[in-house]
Amino acid sequence: MMDIVLQLLFTGIGIGAVYALVALGFVLIFRATNVVNFAQGEFSMVAAYLMVVFSVDLGWPYWLSFLLSLGGMALLGVIFNLGVYYPLRHRSFLPVIIATIGASILMANSVLAIYGPQPQVLQGWFDTPGIQLGPVYLDSQYLLIIAVTILLVIFNYWFFERTMLGKKLQATSQDKEMASLLGISVSTMIMITFIYSAVLGGLAGILVAPVLFVSIQMGSTIALKAFAATIIGGFGDVTGAIIGGLALGVIETFGAAYISVPYKDGFAFLVLIFFLVFRPQGIFGERVAEKA
Amino acid sequence: MSAPSDNMPIATAIARPKPLLLRHLPYFIFAAILVALAAAVPFDGYIHNILMQAVTFAIAVFGLSVVLGLCGQINLAQAAFFGIGAYAVGIGTSDYQISYWLCLVGGCAMALLAGALLGMSTLRLGGHYLAMVTISFQQIVTLIMINTIWLTHGPDGVSNIGRPWLFQSSQSYLAFCVAALALVGYAVWKLPDTPLGRSMRAVRDNELAAGVNGIDVFRTKVSAFALSAVLGGLAGGLFAGGFAYVSPDQFAFADSIQFLTMSLLGGVASPIGSAIGTGLLILIPEWLRFLKSVPGLYLAIYGLSVILIIRFMPDGIWGFVSSGLTRLRAKVKTPPATATLQLKPATVGGDIVLEVTGLAKYFGGLKAVDGVDIQVKRGGVHALIGPNGSGKTTTLNVLSGLYKATSGKIVLDGTDITNMPPHLRTAAGLGRTFQNIRLFRSMTALENVEIGAERPGNTLIKQGGGDALTERAMEALTFVGLGSRANELISSFSYGHQRLIEIARALAANPTLLLLDEPAAGLNSTEKLELHELLKRIAAQGLTILIIDHDMTLVSEAAQHITVLNFGRRIADGESMAVLRHPDVVSAYLGTE
Repeated sequence: MMDIVLQLLFTGIGIGAVYALVALGFVLIFRATNVVNFAQGEFSMVAAYLMVVFSVDLGWPYWLSFLLSLGGMALLGVIFNLGVYYPLRHRSFLPVIIATIGASILMANSVLAIYGPQPQVLQGWFDTPGIQLGPVYLDSQYLLIIAVTILLVIFNYWFFERTMLGKKLQATSQDKEMASLLGISVSTMIMITFIYSAVLGGLAGILVAPVLFVSIQMGSTIALKAFAATIIGGFGDVTGAIIGGLALGVIETFGAAYISVPYKDGFAFLVLIFFLVFRPQGIFGERVAEKA
Repeated sequence: MSAPSDNMPIATAIARPKPLLLRHLPYFIFAAILVALAAAVPFDGYIHNILMQAVTFAIAVFGLSVVLGLCGQINLAQAAFFGIGAYAVGIGTSDYQISYWLCLVGGCAMALLAGALLGMSTLRLGGHYLAMVTISFQQIVTLIMINTIWLTHGPDGVSNIGRPWLFQSSQSYLAFCVAALALVGYAVWKLPDTPLGRSMRAVRDNELAAGVNGIDVFRTKVSAFALSAVLGGLAGGLFAGGFAYVSPDQFAFADSIQFLTMSLLGGVASPIGSAIGTGLLILIPEWLRFLKSVPGLYLAIYGLSVILIIRFMPDGIWGFVSSGLTRLRAKVKTPPATATLQLKPATVGGDIVLEVTGLAKYFGGLKAVDGVDIQVKRGGVHALIGPNGSGKTTTLNVLSGLYKATSGKIVLDGTDITNMPPHLRTAAGLGRTFQNIRLFRSMTALENVEIGAERPGNTLIKQGGGDALTERAMEALTFVGLGSRANELISSFSYGHQRLIEIARALAANPTLLLLDEPAAGLNSTEKLELHELLKRIAAQGLTILIIDHDMTLVSEAAQHITVLNFGRRIADGESMAVLRHPDVVSAYLGTE
């Protein structure tokens, strides 16, 4: 019994780490632009397909494919910013949201049109499938995901709190007008944010691809979970997004094991509604209401 | 309460318009012709199916034009509501042999309930929550349709769906659906001019101003969302009867996006736009059938069109056409009201209209307002002054309910309003204007003021409905000198005039107490003089005013009583001249020697 619980806990944290990574991308864009990017999940999907193209179809080395895919994501971040967000930056949030939803549909279905509906398989990074630690079997890919997430959280902290670029990004997200008066190029900062969050989303997609199948739907599924994670954690809060993501991964894994497998994807929704009704500010709650 | 008294102005100047139904006779004749055509012209099966689809989809898209176009809230689950209606009719008529009508009503009720619950859980929060929650809901509904096989037959779907006995043939059923479309279309077309529709537009334009003008923002949003869900459910029920077969893949997220694209393409603001968008997006794919051979290509094009429409044609096709038409049409002049505006503030309590005791508002550790007492006497002009950062505007925001008081008590004319939301305070008799003007920008001056006049608890317009409302609003606009420009859009007025419209909007509500937040800010000297005259005329009618302003000339001439704040505390209070000479006040403003 205890063995199963520990095993589920490990799997839950592993999958939760993926949600946390995507949630981090959400939060970064939200803080920089006050807009929720509904195409964030598609960044993960596109990166996973790029991996399949480079590593499986072309047979290039894994590390090269990985770097090329992340490079592709950086490019996609630039295109996304210039094509979707930037032209609408002075409009209210509703047009921007709708445009990002349009972009999400466009990306998912372009990939579908090019690659067809058949899910693809991507190998994991390591040849060893995993290690047995006492009663728990630690899958190597999940270990990698957890390790990368920890590293990224540390990197984020260092980047935003300790570097000048990180501070400029923060200043831009807090007050665009003032930042521009201080000589910060707001459009460059926004561009950097989009590139960074596209790469972050792509990284999550590449990491999770060997665990799930690489499919068209993976983007929207992950995005939905990641959004629920940000609400659980408290919107706009980096730590909250990480903890929310991990919590959601665990809840979902246990729910699927003990309650129902077909409705696995429904648990996130239930948790989401629960938080919206009872604690809309999330665990680390701040600013829910729009400013008076 | 003031009873309708004998000096009420009697409507004589305004000519009675023809009854509404008679004026819209052409619409109904046109609709009747369409119904007759649908019933009489023999279509082949292919054309019939396309028409059936277009008609039912258009009703669902009408729903989006209500929630998105009118109220500015997003709904990405319209296909789920459509599916709920369709499955109710499908399962009910085929598996349980329940009457079609009962199923249709049941389906609408279920969609309504789902919409209302979903809205209530989310609509207090920002718009992106609603977007995500509706996507989640859409996915849950699809999951249920696929997995609860005992009820929905899973991926196989429901077949042998019944129709009502009167409309058994597909020809007559189509005619029935066209009739339903015409009726729903009429309702959606007329909705913007009803009180509910006006509230929705006000909420879309400016939530804060809507709240302080007596509109229950949350209820309005939930109503709009639920209404859109019902129209989705109705459309789905009609769809199920028309095609006799439904399956989960017809009501997926992609279909919600299709509805959204239809709505955006045609123009979210009007049912005509919805109809155009629906028609085009059903016909174009039929013409470009070859694209269907590549899966995903269609939706990719939809996604791209959404981005392009939002960027280049935000009002859709119909919005583009109709703005051109409006420019061609001559402006309608409204004659200024002949009767003068009557301000008859309600009188319940005693001599004190507003009694504030120990009011405090802390933002974390910052004590913006710290234990302030204010007593506003009935019928006078009371000024609240203080240097920048002294807590004046915070006090006003706590008074009108935009901020929640940390502690203290606010009593308005005998009613404790300390814990009420803004719209209930307005209903209790509070009116206010904003320092940074908050008007409903997509509306005319008259419509703005009508929303003010509509305040629940405004005893002056209780009887008479729409005409009385318009007349009251015209009187208020005439009172501030803008009666002749009532039908112009807000954007065509100067800053100073916009301020006057905001005052007119508050006056039309016939408040017991009027809060003016820096009304002289940004006005030139002529405008300031006019404002001063206006305040005199308002005060002459016995309306109590609490004014915040920096302009000492205005304050000292207009106000009989002054309260001075500094660092969130009251430092002086009393008769104007005495307060202005008070040493603490002088030092707060000019510094100590």
